[in-house]
Amino acid sequence: MFNKATTTINKSLAALFLAALSSKSFAAWDDINMTEGVTAISKEVFGLHMLIFWICVAIGIVVFGVMFYSMFAFTKKKNPNPSTFHENTKVELAWTIVPFLILVLMAIPASNTLTKIYDDTAGDINIQVIGYQWKWEYRYLEDNIGFFSNLSTDQDEIDNNTPKGEHYLEEVDEPVIIPVGKKIRFLITANDVIHSWWMPDFAIKQDAIPGFINTAWTIVDKPGTYRGKCTELCGKNHGFMPIVVKVVPQDEYDIWVATKQEEALKMAELTEKTWSAEELVQRGEGIYQKNCVACHQSNGAGIVGIFPALAGSDIVLNDKARHLEILMEGVQGAAMASYANQLSEVDMAAVITYTRRSWGNAENGDGKIVVPTDIVEYKNLKLKEEEI
Amino acid sequence: MSAVIESHDHDDHHHGPAEGLTRWLYTTNHKDIGTLYLWFSFAMFLIGGAMAMVIRAELFQPGMQIVEPEFYNQMLTLHGLIMVFGAVMPAFVGLANWLIPMMVGAPDMALPRMNNLSFWILPVAFFILLSSLFMEGGAPNFGWTFYAPLSTTYAPPSVTFFIFSVHIMGASSIMGSINVIVTIMNMRAPGMTLMKMPLFVWSWLITAYLLIAVMPVLAGAVTMMLMDIHFGTSFFNAAGGGDPVLFQHIFWFFGHPEVYIMILPAFGITSHIIETFSRKQLFGHTSMVWAMTSIAILSFVVWAHHMFTVGLPLAAELFFMWATMLIAVPTGVKVFNWVTTMFKGSITYETPMLFAIAFVVLFTIGGFSGLMLAITPADFQYHDTYFVVAHFHYVLVPGAIFSIMAAVYYWIPKWTGNMYDERLGRLHFWLSFIGVNVTFFPQHWIGLAGMPRRVPDYALQFADWNMVSSVGAFLFGASQILFLFIVIKTVMGGKKASPEVWEGARGLEWTVDSPAPYHTFSTPPKVS
Repeated sequence: MFNKATTTINKSLAALFLAALSSKSFAAWDDINMTEGVTAISKEVFGLHMLIFWICVAIGIVVFGVMFYSMFAFTKKKNPNPSTFHENTKVELAWTIVPFLILVLMAIPASNTLTKIYDDTAGDINIQVIGYQWKWEYRYLEDNIGFFSNLSTDQDEIDNNTPKGEHYLEEVDEPVIIPVGKKIRFLITANDVIHSWWMPDFAIKQDAIPGFINTAWTIVDKPGTYRGKCTELCGKNHGFMPIVVKVVPQDEYDIWVATKQEEALKMAELTEKTWSAEELVQRGEGIYQKNCVACHQSNGAGIVGIFPALAGSDIVLNDKARHLEILMEGVQGAAMASYANQLSEVDMAAVITYTRRSWGNAENGDGKIVVPTDIVEYKNLKLKEEEI
Repeated sequence: MSAVIESHDHDDHHHGPAEGLTRWLYTTNHKDIGTLYLWFSFAMFLIGGAMAMVIRAELFQPGMQIVEPEFYNQMLTLHGLIMVFGAVMPAFVGLANWLIPMMVGAPDMALPRMNNLSFWILPVAFFILLSSLFMEGGAPNFGWTFYAPLSTTYAPPSVTFFIFSVHIMGASSIMGSINVIVTIMNMRAPGMTLMKMPLFVWSWLITAYLLIAVMPVLAGAVTMMLMDIHFGTSFFNAAGGGDPVLFQHIFWFFGHPEVYIMILPAFGITSHIIETFSRKQLFGHTSMVWAMTSIAILSFVVWAHHMFTVGLPLAAELFFMWATMLIAVPTGVKVFNWVTTMFKGSITYETPMLFAIAFVVLFTIGGFSGLMLAITPADFQYHDTYFVVAHFHYVLVPGAIFSIMAAVYYWIPKWTGNMYDERLGRLHFWLSFIGVNVTFFPQHWIGLAGMPRRVPDYALQFADWNMVSSVGAFLFGASQILFLFIVIKTVMGGKKASPEVWEGARGLEWTVDSPAPYHTFSTPPKVS
C-alpha cells in the first residue's frame, strides 16, 4: 500500500516537474531518469528510487533555503554586528533525531523490497548465465540448449566508418529468449574475470564471479525486447558485451526451443562430414572475427606485450598438436581461455584451420589442417585420461 | 662572555632555510615539507587531470575516436590512482604540515626527519607508477579498485610495479600519520585541551588514526596479489580454491575509511573558513568533533555497500544498508552546524568563502546521492553506472578538491606574506564552479538512464549529455591553469598581508607574522 501511494505521488510530482521544466517529450525524461521497468519488482525499485529522491529534494530545499536566506540576509553590509550564539542543545538534539526518524521510515519499504528480491527458489525455467571476456553464454538447464551471445554491432560503426544503427552497442547476434508470465531464475557465474549481468527493465544486476553462482529471478508479463549491459570492468572490451532479452508468448518460446534442439542435431551431422581445407577456412574466418580478433587482431598480429601474434607463430606454423591443445585448454596464468565449451567441434576445427592457413602461415609452415573429427578424438582421449 | 654571545649569534644564523636545491632535499622544516607536499600534489593534480581530459575527449561522442579501449582503461585507472593517492591525500598532508604545528603552538612536527622521508618517497612511488605507461603491455588497466582476478591472472606485467608503488605510498601515509598523531598528542601549547583544539587539527587527528588502521590492510591486499601473481598462491583465484570476493572485502575495508580520509580534513578546513567569513564563532564545536568521530567509527562497518551486487546474504545486505544510512545523521549535523554558523553572521564573500560555501552545497548533493545509493534495491540499478561516478566526483571534486583550493586561498597570505589577486580568485572560483557542475550533474542522468561506468563507448541515447559533460570537463580543466597562474603570481609578489590577514580569523596561526617566520613558536604560546 505504502508503495502504491508513493508511486502515485511520484508520478504526479514527476509530471509537475516535467511540465515546469519544458515542453520536452517523455522520451527526454526517460533519457535522464531510471527506467520503471516491466516487472513488479522493477516498479517497486523505481518507487523507492523516486521516494528517496523526493526526500532528498525536500531536505535540500529546507537546508539550502536557510543557507541562501542567510547568505542574502546576513551579509556584512546588512548585518554588521554578528550574533554570538554558538550552541543550542535542543536544536542540536532535534536535528540529530529527526533525520534519524526519516531514515527509519525510508529503511522500512527498502528492507521489504529487498526481502522480496531475495528469493532463490527454483524457477519454472532455469538459465545459467556465464560471463566471458567479452560475451555471454546462456544454458537452458531444463531444455538442454545453450548458445553464446556476442555484440553484433559492426566494427565499422564503432570506428565511425559507417553510420551508427538504432541499437548501437545494444544488439547481439543471439538474444536470450524467455516466455511471458513464467518465473525465470538466472544462475549467474563467470569463466575468467568478474562481470556483472544487468537488465535495467527487470531491476536485476548480479555480479558474475568465477567460482560463485549468484541467483536472480524475474517474471515478465509484457512481451518485448529488453536491453542491458555488463557493468563490471572486465578488461578491454567491457563496453562491448551487451545483453538482450526477448520476452515472447509461450507458444513462440516452445517453437524456438524445438528449433534450437534441431540445430544441435544438425551440428552433430556436420561433425561427421568430410571437410575440405577451403570449406574450413571459409567457415573459420567468421568464427575468428567473432571470437579472436578482440585480442589477436584481424591481421593475426596480436598486441605486443599482451596478446601473442598468430601470424608467423611457431605453434601455428608447425605444431598442430599444441595449437589444438591451447584452444581446448586455454593457457594457465594468461588471458587465453579454453574454448572447448564455447565452440562446437566444427567451429573449433574451422577456426584452427583458418589461422593455420591465413596471413602467409600456410606458405611458411606445414599448413596442416584440423578437421572436426580431430576435435572429437581429442575430447575422447581427455575423457579416457580422466577415467584413469 | 662575549664568545658565548657570538656563538649564539652564529647558531641563529643557521636557523634560516639553507640555500639551493639541498634546502628542499634535506629539509626537516614543517613549512618546507608542507610546501613540497602541496607542489607535488598540484603536479599530480595536473597529470591526473590531463588523463581525465583524455577520457572526456574519447567520450565526447559515441564511437572510438581518440584512443584504443585498452589505453582508455589505463587512463581511467591511472586517473583514479593519481587523484586519490597523488593529489588529494598529499595535499591534505601538505596542509597538515604547514598548519598543525602553528595551530597547536608547536615549533615543528614531532618527527622531522621521518617527515622528510615520508615526503621524498612519494615522488619515487609515482615515478614507478607512471613509468608503467612505457612498459610492454602498458600501465595498470583494471581500475583504481583493481578487482582480482582482472588485476592478477589477467593483468599486464606492469602490475608488479603498481604493487610496489602502492606499498611505498602506504608507507609514506603511515609515517605521515604517526607524525601527525605524535605532534598533536605531545606538542600542544599549554592550555590547549583536546576540546579546545581547532577543528582542522581534530579532523586530522581522526584522519591519521583511520590511515594507520587501514593502510596496512591495503598493503595486505596488494601483497596477496603479488603472491598470486608470482608465487603460486590462490588467494583470489577460484580455480585454486581462492575467493575473488575476498579481495573486494579486503579492498573496501580499506577503501571506505579511505574515502573519509579524503573528506574529514575538508570538514576541518570548511569549519575554519565559514567561521572566519561569517565573523561568528562556529556553531556546535563539540558536536562537530563528535560527528567526525562517529563518521570515522561508522566508516569501518559500511564497506560492503560497495558490494551490494556480489551476492551477499540478505542479512548482510540489510545490515550494510542500515549502517550506511546511519552515516547521514552525523554528516547532516555537520551541514546544519555550518549553515547555522552563517545564520545571523556578518558574511563577506572572499574567494575562500566562495569555495567553502560551494563545498557545503555540492558536498551535500553528493551526500544525497550517497543516501540514494545506500538503498540496496535501488542500488541494484545505480551500481557501477555513471550515477556512481557523479556521486563520488561530487564529494571528491567540489568536495575534497574545492576545500583544498579554499584552504590555499585562505592560508596563502600566511604562507607567502602576499595577498592573492581577489578578482582572479573569484574568476577561478566561478569557472570551476560552473565547470564542475556542467561536468558531473548530467552524469547523474546518464547513469540513471543506464550508462555503465568505465566504458570507452556508449549507446546513442547517452550522446547529448556526454557531450555536455565533456564540455564542462574541458572548462574545469582549463580553469585550473588559471589557478596555477594565481598561485605563482601570489608567491612572486602582491599586496602585503597583515599577521591577522582576515578580519574574523581565529587561531594561533594568525598571531604570527605573514609570511610565517621559518621557525614559529620556539617558545610555546599560552592558550587561555
